[in-house]
Amino acid sequence: MNAIRFEHVFKSFHEKVVLKDFSMEVRPAETKIILGGGGSGKTTILKMVLGLVKPDSGQIFVEDQEITQLKEAELMPIRKRIGMVFQEGALFDSLTVGENVAFRMREAKNHSEEEIEGVVRQLLGFVELGHAIDKFPSELSGGMIRRVGIARALVGHPSILLYDAPTAGLDPITSRTICELVIKLRDLEGVASIFVTHDLESARTVASEFAETLPNGEVVFKSEDNNLCLVNTRFLMLKEGSIIFEGNEKALRNSDDSYIQSFLE
Amino acid sequence: MNFFYRALYEIQEYTLFSFQAVRSLFRKPRYFEDILRQMEIIGTGSIFIVMLTGFFTGGVLALQSAKSLKSFGAVNLTGQLVALSLVRELGPVLTALMIAGRVGAGIASQLGSMVVTQQIDAMRGLGTDPTKKLVAPRVVASTAMLPLLTVVADLFGLVGGWIVSLYTLRLNTALYWNTALRSLAYNDVLEGLMKPLVFGFIIGTIGCYFGINTTGGTRGVGRSTTQAVVTASILVIIADFFVSKIVLEFRY
Ligand SMILES: Nc1ncnc2c1ncn2[C@@H]1O[C@H](COP(=O)(O)OP(=O)(O)OP(=O)(O)O)[C@@H](O)[C@H]1O
Ligand SMILES: [Mg+2]
Repeated sequence: MNAIRFEHVFKSFHEKVVLKDFSMEVRPAETKIILGGGGSGKTTILKMVLGLVKPDSGQIFVEDQEITQLKEAELMPIRKRIGMVFQEGALFDSLTVGENVAFRMREAKNHSEEEIEGVVRQLLGFVELGHAIDKFPSELSGGMIRRVGIARALVGHPSILLYDAPTAGLDPITSRTICELVIKLRDLEGVASIFVTHDLESARTVASEFAETLPNGEVVFKSEDNNLCLVNTRFLMLKEGSIIFEGNEKALRNSDDSYIQSFLE
Repeated sequence: MNFFYRALYEIQEYTLFSFQAVRSLFRKPRYFEDILRQMEIIGTGSIFIVMLTGFFTGGVLALQSAKSLKSFGAVNLTGQLVALSLVRELGPVLTALMIAGRVGAGIASQLGSMVVTQQIDAMRGLGTDPTKKLVAPRVVASTAMLPLLTVVADLFGLVGGWIVSLYTLRLNTALYWNTALRSLAYNDVLEGLMKPLVFGFIIGTIGCYFGINTTGGTRGVGRSTTQAVVTASILVIIADFFVSKIVLEFRY
């Protein structure tokens, strides 16, 4: 089974070709790191997984169910299993942090207020923002917005997570916190994910470290030896709508493609 | 020719959009709270400008009409003229134009900025249909509130007309209110309430349509806001003609 599969997807906006015969798959508990320059179609790929953007041709499968032709109402049950962290957070700016995180549960209308409150507090604790529950998004820093976005995406234990440049423009410490969240979800919860980024530092962190729970319940992060790469994290590089590289971190570093090398520098 | 196709296409899209908004009202989940919140925002935010507009429109109607009426020796009919012009025509149209400027712009810019900051995508991604959650409540609220605001404008207009009649035309208060209120037939009131229903629907749907279809970042938000106000205002004036015409057809 695959968590996500793209088969020969083509997409253009007006005259501009964004994806050209794009195929890939993400297995459960696997993270696919997508690299690519601005406007190379990374966000478009993530939106296609949610059915927010439809391909011109080709097929997209989510947990082996084809979603390409589904109508908006039919997509709703599939979206329940997917969480997305949007590029700039995309928090609802008329709602507080707590209400943003609670949005999905409130809309489902089958949860009690106590239950919602419990989940919201737990998730905000997870991203270390319990104190910000009553703030509005306009009062938060960029890093906090991103973390609230992550908390909101985690409601309902989605089996697939899509991160759109979650560490862009953040300080190294906040980036590190976010990468650790991504690693924990991958290794401890078995979440399949796509991690879009321009930030090579965080891409390397996600690709080279793994999380383990010690017998006393503490979670620790361990780094693989430099020559070993994690089997559950692979890179994919986009250029002009096509995949120019797919593989692990080592292969990426050793690639002799000049575009990739200039990207890595 | 290109422009013509483009216009046809927009009209088709707008019709479809409005149809979907109305249809979504009949499907679960329903958003009564959102409707009430929007009604409150529209009502409390607009009541003051509507009072002012009504008051001075009534006043100026009394001033201007008295001049023409004098030449027929019919100054004592001022109340009737103010009432009829206000209730049938100026109350609904001027209120709608004010609301198009205030509420239509507000809706378009709010939804537009939600589009460009991906909040609409996020909402769909979280499993909520923005047509139901955002569009339908705004359309219902503006359709429901405009008749109420128009009544307020009419009342303040009559008061404005009365004050002018009393202090500058030296008309008797009882005479003014008598001619004003007795001149209003059932049909006039009906027309005066039907128009704002139509105008409210136009303002709500146009604001949402331009807001939701915003492209091109923050500059796009400004553009769709302007377009929403201009289009809503023009459509209000066009619709006013047709509703008047239809009412006149059925009058006799
Ligand atoms: N709704 C749309 N309408 C028109 N063009 C679009 C739309 N969405 C994306 N595009 C275009 O498609 C291309 C790819 O966009 P996308 O947002 O996927 O890029 P990206 O890889 O995420 O870029 P960035 O790294 O800057 O976030 C861009 O050229 C963009 O202008
Ligand atoms: Mg992007």
